[in-house]
Amino acid sequence: MSEALHYHFDVDGASFANAGRASVETKKLLRQLGVAPEVIRSISVAMYEGEINMVIHAHGGDADVYITEDTIIIILKDVGPGIRNVEEAMKEGFSTAPENIRALGFGAGMGLPNMKRYSDEMHIDTKVGVGTTIELWYHLKKN
Amino acid sequence: MAKYTHAVAIDPEKCTGCTTCLRRCPTEAIRIRNNKAEINAVQCIDCGECIRVCKHSAKHASYDKLSDLDFSKYLIALPAPSLFGQFNHLNEADFVIQGLLDMGFSEVYEVAKAAEYVTDLTRMYLNGPDAVKPAISSACPVVVRLIKLRYPTLCEQLVPIMPPYELAGKLAREKAIAEHPEIDPENIKTVFISPCPAKVSWAKSVMEGQTVYVDYITSMNDVYMELLSRMKRDAVISEEAASEAGIVGISWATTSGEAASLMNEGYLAADGIDNVIKVLDDLESGTVSDISFVELNACSPGCVGGVLAPTNGYVARVRLQNLRKIGGLVVKPNDINDVVPGLDGGHIPPEYTEAEAFTYMPEGAPNMLAMMLAMKKAEALADKLPKKDCGACGSPTCRAFALDVVNGEAKLEDCKIRPQMEG
Repeated sequence: MSEALHYHFDVDGASFANAGRASVETKKLLRQLGVAPEVIRSISVAMYEGEINMVIHAHGGDADVYITEDTIIIILKDVGPGIRNVEEAMKEGFSTAPENIRALGFGAGMGLPNMKRYSDEMHIDTKVGVGTTIELWYHLKKN
Repeated sequence: MAKYTHAVAIDPEKCTGCTTCLRRCPTEAIRIRNNKAEINAVQCIDCGECIRVCKHSAKHASYDKLSDLDFSKYLIALPAPSLFGQFNHLNEADFVIQGLLDMGFSEVYEVAKAAEYVTDLTRMYLNGPDAVKPAISSACPVVVRLIKLRYPTLCEQLVPIMPPYELAGKLAREKAIAEHPEIDPENIKTVFISPCPAKVSWAKSVMEGQTVYVDYITSMNDVYMELLSRMKRDAVISEEAASEAGIVGISWATTSGEAASLMNEGYLAADGIDNVIKVLDDLESGTVSDISFVELNACSPGCVGGVLAPTNGYVARVRLQNLRKIGGLVVKPNDINDVVPGLDGGHIPPEYTEAEAFTYMPEGAPNMLAMMLAMKKAEALADKLPKKDCGACGSPTCRAFALDVVNGEAKLEDCKIRPQMEG
């Protein structure tokens, strides 16, 4: 992807206050590029979910955004606990978030299913004890 | 794109080219070129932050001067609710209205009264079949413009009802025409007394062919000066000066007044342009739940904090609270059904909907590929910049500067810090 426009963001796992910053910044860039509003909306929803997940489960991680003329790929990579059962995690209502996090209103179990719904393709690469990498793909319509 | 006339202008004589406004502009619409601030008309949302922060009074709002008004015509004053918070020891709104009549206005129609109708209409809209929730108030023109520019997917959530100052203009004019058949309608003019310049831009920029009911927009500052000398504690209050607005309408002057008066449980109210932007981001990422109405005001603590209002907004807020306590402001029976019959279905009649369309006005490049190339070059360049975001180059951040250089709007030599870092 050497041709792609690339932006990198550190997702700070130390605090909730900064969660969502990468998706807000990404949204600004996509708007500047003139990406279609519906695509920007989807990315802002899915990427925000992903960022929050990284803060809750994995003490943060890296968010990388690659943009080409026809595709946007967002890669969210963490070195957290990994997802034990991806199939279960894809069910709505399933959440492994700790109780204290659920009390904050997060961890309602909408994370992964929401990310899938708000992306054209989602690829999960996860290994227990090693970490999780999620790729969100968006195919842009030619105008 | 529709022509947009801004109310914020720069006085090059006074501008020293300092970077205060540059870095405070929420949409990065300002650049310093040739040692003077310039405003990008596409990106400016008329929030007035640059007027507020300028230490040299080099930014000013344009509006109609009192001397431009022809008092031989039938002029109807439309005082914003915030006007009533400008005076010390004011215990009755009637004194202000009498003062306006004494200034030479033929009639006064309180915007607060129209606001009560807008509250009714909004409640109907929220309960009706057309509401897209959470519905976002369209009363603050800065917020409306910001959403149209930067939050395309939120456009449909804006409440399609005309703002109180417009409705006041419409109702006041209709009333005057009905009551004074002897006056040529051409000679009936409405004059809004505004706490903010964004309303000026709004009125001047509504698309051609659409009716704007406010003929003149004056600054609350100017009117205040005139009023002070005319308002007398022992004034005889005429019958025409009896205030018809109640608590609900006056509460629109401060944040959460509009939202609370809807008597609707789930609402969010925020003010200050930076807070507004945060809320809009959250609304766009879908993280706000259990909310049916959102009130957003560019100024803190609401319209009383507008840059054309003479008094500190927080002081004005206290005065409005006192007016409520001492002056016995009550809920007045201003019911929209008395003005507009047949509203039961919850559909808002077109004559009460917003004159401008709430559609996305992209500021981005029409050619994505060209913009991508530019941004890629800009990213590479930004890596070599000092990342101090000092603004000395005339762009608000190093990143913005990089893109300005790529677009040929700035020269790399404009960066004052880089040579020293390489040194």
